[in-house]
Amino acid sequence: MSRHLMKGNEAIVKSAILAGCRGFYGYPITPASEITEAAAALMPQVGGVFLQAESEVAAINMLYGAASAGVRAMTASSGPGISLMQEGISYMAGAELPCVIADITRGGPGLGNIASEQSDYHQVVKGGGHGNYRTLVLAPHSVQEMADLTVLAFELADRYRNPVVLLADGFMGQMMEPVEFPEVATEPRLPRWAVAGTDASRGNVITSMHLDTDKLEAHVRQLEAKYFITEQREARAEDWRTEDAEIVLVGYGIVARILKAVAAEARAAGLPVGVLRPITLYPFPTLHFQRLTARARAFLVVEMSNGQLVGDVRLALNGARPVEFFSRVGGNAPTHLEVLAEVQDLARRHLAGAPAEEELIVHV
Amino acid sequence: MSSEPEVTWEIASSKPASFYSTYERKDELQHATHYCPGCGHGIIHKMLAQAIDELSIQDRTVLISPVGCSVFAYYYFDVGNVQAAHGRAPAVATAVKRSRPGSIVISYQGDGDLSAIGSAEILHAANRGEPITVIFVNNAIYSMTGGQMAPTTLLGQTSTTSPRGRSAAHEGYPLHVSELLATLEAPVYIERVGLGDNKQVAQAARAVRRALENQVRGLGFSLVEILSPCPTIWKMSPVESQRWVRDVMEKTFPLGVLRDHTQAAQSEAVPIPPPPLSMIPGIVGVADAGLPAEMTGDADVPALDLQVRVAGFGGQGVLLLGEVLAEAGLDAGLEVSWLPSYGPEMRSGTSNCHVRLSREPIDSPLVTHPDVLVAMNEPSLRKFCSTVHPGGWILYNGEASPEDCDCRGVHVLARPFTQIANNLGDARAANMVMLGALLEIAGNLPQSSVDSALGRLVRNPKWLALDETALVCGRRLMREARAEVSHAG
Repeated sequence: MSRHLMKGNEAIVKSAILAGCRGFYGYPITPASEITEAAAALMPQVGGVFLQAESEVAAINMLYGAASAGVRAMTASSGPGISLMQEGISYMAGAELPCVIADITRGGPGLGNIASEQSDYHQVVKGGGHGNYRTLVLAPHSVQEMADLTVLAFELADRYRNPVVLLADGFMGQMMEPVEFPEVATEPRLPRWAVAGTDASRGNVITSMHLDTDKLEAHVRQLEAKYFITEQREARAEDWRTEDAEIVLVGYGIVARILKAVAAEARAAGLPVGVLRPITLYPFPTLHFQRLTARARAFLVVEMSNGQLVGDVRLALNGARPVEFFSRVGGNAPTHLEVLAEVQDLARRHLAGAPAEEELIVHV
Repeated sequence: MSSEPEVTWEIASSKPASFYSTYERKDELQHATHYCPGCGHGIIHKMLAQAIDELSIQDRTVLISPVGCSVFAYYYFDVGNVQAAHGRAPAVATAVKRSRPGSIVISYQGDGDLSAIGSAEILHAANRGEPITVIFVNNAIYSMTGGQMAPTTLLGQTSTTSPRGRSAAHEGYPLHVSELLATLEAPVYIERVGLGDNKQVAQAARAVRRALENQVRGLGFSLVEILSPCPTIWKMSPVESQRWVRDVMEKTFPLGVLRDHTQAAQSEAVPIPPPPLSMIPGIVGVADAGLPAEMTGDADVPALDLQVRVAGFGGQGVLLLGEVLAEAGLDAGLEVSWLPSYGPEMRSGTSNCHVRLSREPIDSPLVTHPDVLVAMNEPSLRKFCSTVHPGGWILYNGEASPEDCDCRGVHVLARPFTQIANNLGDARAANMVMLGALLEIAGNLPQSSVDSALGRLVRNPKWLALDETALVCGRRLMREARAEVSHAG
């Protein structure tokens, strides 16, 4: 194994190809364009297909076609592009087609800006398209994880026949860190349900349509059951120094990195602070949160979005502990100093000796 | 022996083999289609199935059904079936065909699907010359949703959404998609046919077969537009509606071949077989080109924990300076991170990056308080000078830091680095002169690691030589400055 210094965006493509991805259909958008560019360079060299689509709408429908044909395929986009893809994501979830979508989130709403935000949380984690479906969502917090979670994304997509989104902020896409890749490439088997233009696959049909009300209800229930299984089996989170933590910081992506720096400084100052980092945003790692309530006195959720992740944390804790919130938006990242100040304030109010106080909800 | 007389018989005409014998995907009436009496889809389905039979491509065929009355095409065709979102069939077909070049892909679409919501997808699939077959069924109306206006609705024709009749002033003119597509260079074959009478039907069947045969021969994009009756929505008898196709629709949409490049078209090149799996890591550049993950021992890893902010104008090599530093750190066995500012300023002026090198895993790659600030211009110095860690360094590209800049508690090396680099041969090497100075501060970073990082990142030998000289120069400047400080001190 060797280590390579590269951008998160580049790592995604290399990892995808090693994982057997042979189709990339995309439309350029900052800060995700390096993914599309790397795919343009590499896909033809490995016998894969790269195509720049006329829009994100077309790109996601090309993914629908490639997945129908049984090829591991992916696309990459950001905010406004993901919004345009929601139609196709709903169709793919309905038709139970696997695919991987990298969302390198920028600032919104509207044109917003091209700096890093985490404001696609709701449209990705809650499903921005129509109908009763979910996407599985993975949130890398390092370039190494951009590579590793891409492999996992393809595995989960195939296992559950469902779109999987790699939700990363612009920093994750743009930063460089050392990465290790697997030494061998994998070749996925042709799924038995694929429509591959062959005798053996002639009887297959890919559709999201179930005209009969009972049949559609049964289909939706079957999707539900599948999502329930993912909630049981696939929820992932990183506990970072939470074993004795009385204050638990919660964040994903670049924020989790900042929170680790904050926790380290807080601990140096004698505060028992840890970090719980959701790796899967759907299925949400509810149990990880509940386990920590035995010791934790309060949770602080930090986001580069205006109160999106915090809702899931509150649902997971269901009132068991106070959940406070701090955010920066617009493309600004929270500095470790301003989060540290929040932590110190939290410690004064919630740790031993502090007077009992109602949960403080800050502009959520 | 049976007493029954022996009967010999032969089937004179039967359902094409490319249709299912019974339509089991259909909930009821599995012997019949869902189409209305006199609807063109039934006729078109049959000619398409016959063509698939004749060309012996049933196993290879993938039919993309659209949204519209033909959404259920997969009830009938015994081929691979994919149902697509409204208007997107050409995008879906594109990827099926590119994923499985041996397949025969048919995008079957109505006029609402193809000419309205899917106008972008059909235009670009045609323009790319996707070697697929498009069957474009034009009945001048949205039928399945109950008779709303389509882009193809004729002037004066009433619909539920043009109840006063379509007017050019309000709804625009009927869209001539085939004529539009025929202005593109890539399509090989575009023909408009009708189902107005038996003669037209026979011509339509020939066109459908040709469009499919073109794909079998690998010639390119083929589209057949078929003017097709819709008795139910048009509120006509089947006979009247056939006549309306012939007598009325045809005036707006004249029949004929709009593009035929089949003679000149070349067969698609046979796809190159993919490389063996064992070659893939090498092709994507992750086989052995990188640095060993396991160093021989911690003792070899330099004791260094450095947080650097590099800032300047775009084009000064700010990002490369940081990248060489990070790559050198990685080479030396350190944990490293490099994070660029990639905002709009990347295009309009300033640029900056955060670099960290450490023996320990790096928590936050954002550098709030750098140990070293490399300020390649004055705005960068002003922006970041107050953030530098007490006791840290500012390397400033200028004769002296401006008096109103608060640089208390930090060391400053202010030199006209651009001028110095210019004297070395090219002003653009200023970043490497400054990196040289920085490397003197990060004294533990082995020169061999810097050399190998530079070698990996700077491929042009002329530039490599200049950059090496610049590094040496920068190191000397820093040593001299330190000597002066200690001498003065």
